[in-house]
Amino acid sequence: MNRYQVQRLGFVLLTLIALVVVVPIVLVVGVIVARGLKAINIEFLIAMPRDGMRAGGIFPAIVGTLLLTLGTALAAIPIGVGGAIYLAEYARDTWLTRAIRLAILNLAGIPSVVYGLFGLGLFVLFLRLGTSILAGSLTLAVMTLPIIISTAEEALRAVPSEFRLVSASLGGTRWQGIRHIVFPQALPGIITGVLLGLLRAAGETAPILFTVAAFFLPHLPRSLFDQTMALPYHLYVISTQVPGMPHEIQYGTALVLLMLVLSINIVATSIRSYFRRRRQW
Amino acid sequence: MVSNDESPIIRIENVSYAYGDKWALRNVSLDVQRNAITVFLGPASGGKTTLLRLINRLNDLVDGTRMMGRILFNGQDIYAPGVDVPTLRRRIGMVFALPLPLPGTIRENITYGPRLAGIKDKTRLAELTERSLRQAALWDEVKDRLDAPASSLSGGQQQRLCIARSLALEPEVLLLDEPTSGLDPISTAKVEHSLFELKSQYTIIIVPHSIQQAARVADYAAFFLMGELIEYRVGTELFTAPRDRRTEDYVTGRFG
Repeated sequence: MNRYQVQRLGFVLLTLIALVVVVPIVLVVGVIVARGLKAINIEFLIAMPRDGMRAGGIFPAIVGTLLLTLGTALAAIPIGVGGAIYLAEYARDTWLTRAIRLAILNLAGIPSVVYGLFGLGLFVLFLRLGTSILAGSLTLAVMTLPIIISTAEEALRAVPSEFRLVSASLGGTRWQGIRHIVFPQALPGIITGVLLGLLRAAGETAPILFTVAAFFLPHLPRSLFDQTMALPYHLYVISTQVPGMPHEIQYGTALVLLMLVLSINIVATSIRSYFRRRRQW
Repeated sequence: MVSNDESPIIRIENVSYAYGDKWALRNVSLDVQRNAITVFLGPASGGKTTLLRLINRLNDLVDGTRMMGRILFNGQDIYAPGVDVPTLRRRIGMVFALPLPLPGTIRENITYGPRLAGIKDKTRLAELTERSLRQAALWDEVKDRLDAPASSLSGGQQQRLCIARSLALEPEVLLLDEPTSGLDPISTAKVEHSLFELKSQYTIIIVPHSIQQAARVADYAAFFLMGELIEYRVGTELFTAPRDRRTEDYVTGRFG
């Protein structure tokens, strides 16, 4: 083989490998859409479950997941973005900031079920929040924090340091430079990171298992201290715990969860590409 | 503190400065005269930019540095505790080597500093915008598109915008660090021309991007080599009759 043939062979192999990545996604989405679409109708989306969840809709699970995602956002965004601003703009390289970075790195690697147990111990039992939307949201927020902090910090660091210098040279304090120049420039990246974090929170089962999720609750939560159904846990329940479960309902539930997560993803991606095109540096 | 026009506006006293273990300035002393153009010249890494950035404390943003000596502005030590650094930087403006417009429009670039300083009045901001753009010889080219993105200007226009942006704060001193290094000859001439216009109202310190430019604009000239101030004199004298051999070699182009 001469070197051109070697190159061609290399390209072919790499293309095949790239396709291997695409195949499972297409299959998963394809199967779920094909088998779940039959179950999707207005009643499925806005009705309570009936007959031991074998009929009716999944409305409380949809609402529960939306509430949990919202709660996660409210708790995780201020802390995550604030922490990122501190790390990117203020923190010097000391043992403290090194410890913080190490902690963030390790938090990102903790299995989600451990977060669930942590939430059970801290929020549900120790802080006496009970199994509640509040406890579940806080647990998901803790799990989401490393994603938000590291992507937001990266977005802030990507803003050229010259802008900080110019702002300072024009009589701006460090905070004014961040507030008026650096933060607005980093915002699209921060939003993307936040959405990716929330995306993960919305789809997780283990962290809500012990902290908020109800097996079956045929009404909407009335307060932050109520339990709620949630899509990922509901999917787990109807797939493994309920005998005689119609397959369309399982696939329909999976489809709704997938659509929810995909739509957040699409929003995140479009925000990023929209602002990338408008960026002036 | 009251100062008459004879006293130096900036006095640099025995300043040494190091980045980590590397000394960028060694025991530099010089007085900068009011309403004149002072030129800091010399080969690269001579300490010119560092000294410029010490004068308005921009090097505060750099970690791991050491400084000895004093810098007085109108007789007051700018590194004394309790000095309000943003206010100092408003009075001593800085223009960088590359045009660095902030994101946003031409108008937003000009009014950024004044707005941070608390000026909210629209008429006043419009006044400042027009006056500073005129001073930087840019007004006629941009007066019809003040709300266009600053990035839509050419490089030469952007650099004059950056000068105008500093002038909008009505500083007493303007520091320019190779302000024409990225510009074509015509834009360079425009910038130099505006410097001549400005020196009646401002004190200007410039790191020129060539010896020729230094000779064209200098009222006073300081020659730096490896962090040391070799010679500091009236510009025409330094260029025509340098006292130090090293200065002579540099201004006659034997090294550079």
